This record gives sequence, structure tokens and C-alpha cells, in this order.
Amino acid sequence: MAKNPADIPNVSKDELLGYYRDMLLIRRFEEKAGQLYGMGLIGGFCHLYIGQEAVVVGLEAAAKEGDKRVTSYRDHGHMLACGMSANGVMAELTGREGGYSKGKGGSMHMFSREKHFYGGHGIVGAQVPIGAGLAFADKYAGNDNVTFAYFGDGAANQGQVYETYNMAQLWDLPVIFVIENNQYAMGTSVKRSTKSPSYWERGVAYGIAGEAVDGMDVLAVKAAGQKAVEHCRAGKGPYILEMNTYRYRGHSMSDPAKYRTRDEVEKMRSEKDPIENVRELLVQGGHASDEELKAIDKDIKTVVNESAEFAKESPEPDVSELWTDIYA
Amino acid sequence: MATQVLMPALSPTMEEGTLAKWLVKEGDEVKSGQVMAEIETDKATMEFEAVDEGIIGKILIAEGTAGVKVNTPIAVLVEEGESADDLEASGPVQTDEEKQPEKPEGSDVKHMDQPVVTSPGASVPGKRDRSPDFPEGTPTKTMTVREALREAMAEELRGNENVFLMGEEVGEYQGAYKISQGLLDEFGPKRVVDTPITEHGFTGLAVGAAFGGLNPIVEFMTFNFAMQAIDQIINSAAKTLYMSGGQMGCPIVFRGPNGAAARVGAQHSQDYAAWYAAIPGLKVVMPYSAADAKGLLKQAIRDPNPVIFLENEILYGRSFEVPVLEDFTIPFGKARVWREGKDVTIVSFGIGMTYALEAADKLAEEGIEAEVIDLRTLRPIDYETVLESVRKTNRCVTVEEGFPVGSIGNHLSATIMQQAFDYLDAPVINLTGKDVPMPYAANLEKLALVTTAEVIDAVKSVCYR
Repeated sequence: MAKNPADIPNVSKDELLGYYRDMLLIRRFEEKAGQLYGMGLIGGFCHLYIGQEAVVVGLEAAAKEGDKRVTSYRDHGHMLACGMSANGVMAELTGREGGYSKGKGGSMHMFSREKHFYGGHGIVGAQVPIGAGLAFADKYAGNDNVTFAYFGDGAANQGQVYETYNMAQLWDLPVIFVIENNQYAMGTSVKRSTKSPSYWERGVAYGIAGEAVDGMDVLAVKAAGQKAVEHCRAGKGPYILEMNTYRYRGHSMSDPAKYRTRDEVEKMRSEKDPIENVRELLVQGGHASDEELKAIDKDIKTVVNESAEFAKESPEPDVSELWTDIYA
Repeated sequence: MATQVLMPALSPTMEEGTLAKWLVKEGDEVKSGQVMAEIETDKATMEFEAVDEGIIGKILIAEGTAGVKVNTPIAVLVEEGESADDLEASGPVQTDEEKQPEKPEGSDVKHMDQPVVTSPGASVPGKRDRSPDFPEGTPTKTMTVREALREAMAEELRGNENVFLMGEEVGEYQGAYKISQGLLDEFGPKRVVDTPITEHGFTGLAVGAAFGGLNPIVEFMTFNFAMQAIDQIINSAAKTLYMSGGQMGCPIVFRGPNGAAARVGAQHSQDYAAWYAAIPGLKVVMPYSAADAKGLLKQAIRDPNPVIFLENEILYGRSFEVPVLEDFTIPFGKARVWREGKDVTIVSFGIGMTYALEAADKLAEEGIEAEVIDLRTLRPIDYETVLESVRKTNRCVTVEEGFPVGSIGNHLSATIMQQAFDYLDAPVINLTGKDVPMPYAANLEKLALVTTAEVIDAVKSVCYR
């Protein structure tokens, strides 16, 4: 699986170490979230991103300041990747005052104007036209920002996605539709829900350019992201990236995942893991020693443990918060 | 350091479960992600994975044990060279359980013990605003509701570069109901945007544009079609400010004709006033006169919140006096008393005002003086003006076109019962459209709608005349 680093253009050792660190942060953060959920500190629905880390980290590597992102309820990875603080995200998961939404949004509903993260949306597919609307606002303002509108293979069967494709192409909106195809819409596999062979090709009907990408390979994701971003910034309209990826955990914490075999999950983990792949590149290319990588592991463990501590110590929101933020 | 493995919660509602099977035994080394046990919840059998690495020092709960409470220690994980006994010797391991804060007492929650009518976040507390909408002596001109709406949009489009209008046929066609006539010529296609017939999509897109800093006006050709988009209106536009802890507001206006027109049948003849008025985070406006249409639409476009602006096709062509002012707005939550009277209060809004005012004229001929209140906005609602009037007249009839169950009138009746019970001399009557899908046949349609005659009968009934 590991490629020869010499074959991979335009990536420095520091960048590669950065991707490793960012993906590992998401992985460890999500494992900790799962643990806190098990302890009853996180309630409701909690959808983990474990396995899909290369998608957001690779695409963030192609983004610039001012670019926007919006996604579904499986959103923790997107937030960490765009620079939102682990403390703020974890404290929102525990429903505390220190969370990004002061504890009023929860796992599925978080936002950061500062980092141009527009949610965190709980209704499957609803974020897709919203993403096109963000791009509409940027085009209206006349800047060269792009919006990454992420959605899953499940959402890709929602009608509003295609209403949005039509308008985005009609009005040349600078939006990148990122289909995170993790192979399962909750418990329904792609082949049980979808007749057409690929999702990105549906864009062809609207004249939208796109491609399928190995979403387990952060460098492939980055390269495709750069191509898409360039297309959008040049005013050529939207672009579709279908990221073939895989979630290791259930759909949510309460999903026993009986719709697939343990062998299937194990095979993906052992052969395609995005973090292990980068780790191998770093070690084989002599870019990082075991000690350096261990030091990164340790740093991340500290960040994640601190976020868990913060999320436990932060108080619940004041009861007066029940009545605030209903109207601006 | 030895750590305890706790019985996990594996669903939003799980409080206890059965430890069905251990897949590891004491002395086994476990890795992060390795399945350690199978746990049965009320819904499913779940695999329980290790988070920390270590060696199983001791299994505390035997497999097959039912009713294991969440957070009960089920095993001890030790590091190389440690034994589970070290754990016992060093006292209990701190679990996260004790760090959980106390749950707040429900009774501490503000507003909980107050009457329901003061709970809506959009209610206007205290005394009513008695100020006139515009200074006395202001010149007026006669204008249709259609012209008033058009002027309001044109003025706001001129005043704020970030305001734009989008919808079906708003531009080149000049508006399906000619509300946007001429706007494309003045403001161009960037700001008067013709959309495909794609309500769900363009509503979501407009909500995104509002999150992105613009002030969209979304025209629905009629509000019947907004049902295709109601998820975006409620789940995305209305709730995001709250869900984002106040960060992400949605300044947007959804407007268009609402309610029955004439002979267009069940799918094109519904009044959504009570639906939208039920949603915290939305503001809901339903004007009757041209002056109100203008002043309230300008206010709506400037409001930083999502506003539902319910117009009426039959009213579009009606003429009223509109003040000639450079900048005329009307604040939300301020009802208008169209007619003062001592015998009965008639509360209505939108097209319902037509029947309320006609009935009041006829009742006056019979010696019954009705006070007629136009709510104008349904969220916030000006409760005070209604209550003050009912305390004077001791009788109330509400008039609206929507369905009877869960109507605005029902809500007002409850409010009046709670806050003016002792003043009532008769039960409040809620006049609404009939509890049937709108029929097409002319005679049946007439029967399905509320009428002036029904208002007169209801008033006589509450006056025992």
C-alpha cells in the first residue's frame, strides 16, 4: 500500500507530519468521545469519524483562509481539521457551557464563524443546498472563496442534492460537493440502496465535473482537492469529489453494525488505514523516527485527555440559557 | 496505573444491560479497538471495544450477569508488572462518575411556574404600545397591497446591497402575482434571481446565503409550495441561532400568498399561520392593509431573524391609505385596533379582517359595538392589546381562515382563560375555516371558508342576543 515518497510530488516532510498529526488527533479524539459516551457523559446520538480521517485532512490541506465548510452530523473530524479547539468540541459533546454552542447544540449541531464552519446539520442532506448558498454569498460578494459541502452516500439519494446540483451549475457557484462514501447509509450498503455504479457520475447529468478519489489516501485526497479548488476559484462552477472511504465504527454509538462482517472491518483497518499509511511513508522514507512519532502520539494524547478533562469540568449551561439565542 | 473498565452506555436511553459474554480472560493483553465483551442492551447485542491498552487484571462481573448498571466497574486493566491487587491496595480508582455535576432542579428553571402565555420567547411583555404607526397629519396616498409590497422591497433593495430577491418568476416574468414587477429592471439579475421550480433546493440555498451574510427575500409563488421546503425553514433557518449558542443567525424573509384564493382546490388553499406561529425562532407576520404590508415588510427585511410573511392573493388588489414617508416601518408585536367598541372583542388578522370589519359594521346597525383588533404579527403576538380589550368588553370572538385544530384562536382562548378568566361573561368562540380539505365546487368552497354572517352569529351568541 505504501507508496515511495519519491513518487509523490509536492509534499514536504513537514506537511506529511502535519497530516499524520491532524489525522491522529481526530482518531484519538473520537476514541475518547466513544469512551465518554460509554460512561454516560455524552448523551443522545454520537457519530464517530474513525476511519475517514484522510478525507477532511486532505481537503483542508487544499483550502485557504476564507473558504467555508458545512457537513452532516458526523462532524467532529471536520471541526478539528479546520482548527476548532478540541476542548470546545468535546465540551459541546458533554453538553457544557464551554462547548462551541454553550451546550445547546450537541454532537450534531456545532458551528464556528471564526473558522468558517457552518455546521453540523442533523437532517440528512439539508447541508447540501446550504453549502451552495454559502458559495452563492461568496460569489455575490465577488471574492474567490470556495465552500466544501460534505455529505454521505446516504444523503446522495436525497432529492435536494440534485436540486442543488442544478442551481450550482446553472449559477456557476464555487462549491465543492464532497461525497464521503463510507459504503453504508446507517445499515444499508451502497449496493442495497443505489443502482448506479458511482455517485459522482450523477453530476454528469448536470454538466458538473467530478471524480472518484481514494479517500483513505490523504495525498490523493489533497491532490484531488487542489484540482477541485482551482476549478472553483477560476469561476468554472461546482465540482464533485466522491471520496471512497470507510467508517470503522457503527453508524452511531448505539449501532451494533450487524450488517457487515468483522472481517470486512478488520481488512480495511489492516490494509487501508489512512494513518498507518502515512506513518509507513514517514518511517520508510526516513522522514521521522519512531521516537518522533511517539512524541507526536504523546502530544496528541495530552491534547485529547485535556479536552476530556475540560469537557467534564466545564459546568452545565446556566438555566437562564434555556431562554437565550432564540432571536437575534 | 491500573484502570477500571466501566459498564458502558451503548444507546441514548440505556441505564443497565446484560454482560452477555466475555471475549477476553484474566491475564490477556488487550489492544485499543479490540472487542472485549458482548453486551446486551434493550435494543441489540453490542460489541464492547477496549479504549486503553493493558492486561486484564481482573474480571469483576461474570458473563451472563443481567441488570448491570451503566458505569459499574466490570473489569480492571493493569499495566505490565502490575496486578489487580495493587488497585485494591491503593484504594478505589477514581472514576469519572463522581465528576458529573449535579442535575439542576427543574423548579429552578425560570418561567416554568409562570403561565404558558408568557413562555413564548417572542411574546411582548408588559403594557401595549399605544403609539400611532405614523404621526398624525402625515400625508397618505391610496395604494394597493400589491404596490405597497413592491415599494417595500424596492426601498430595502435600494438601501442595502446585501438584500436580494429570489423565487420562481420573480424576474423576467415580473412576478406570478406581479408583486416584483419592475424590480429586475431596476436591480438587475444579480439581485432579482429567477429560480428553477425547486422550492426545497432554493430555500436551503437561501438559508445558506443568509448564514453567509446576505439578506435574502425568498418569494414562494404560494405558501402551499413551501411545504416542500418546510424542513429548511424550520430545522435550518429557525433553529440554528439557538443550536449555535447565538453564533449563526439567519436574516431571511420568506414571503408569498397564503390561504385560499378562489376555486383552486385543496392543495392550493391552505392557511399556514398557526403552523409557523408554533415555531420558536421564527417571526410570523400576516398583514391585512396596504400600510401594514409596507411597514411590516420593510421591518421584516431588516430583522436579523427568519421572518414568515404571509400575504393573501385576494387582498393584493385591495386599496388602502398608505403614509407618504421616506422610511416607514412598523414594529412587530404591535396589534392595531381598527375599531373601538364596548360590547365584544373581535380578534383577527390577514384576510379574516375583511369579515371582522364587515361584521362590525352590520352589528353596529343593530346596536352592538364591536372592538376589532388586527394582530398583524402572530409571533410575537400582542397579547396585552387583546387582554385589555377583553377585560373591557368581557366577550371575544376570534376569526381566521385556517383549520380549527390548534388554531391561533385556540391559543388566544387559552391565554384569555388564564389571564382574564374572571372578566369573561361568555365562552370565547373561535371561528375558523371548516375542518375539511378545500372543495372546488363554488358552493362548497363558500361553506368551507369563514364568512361575515358567521362572525355576526358568533358575536350575537357571546352577547346572548
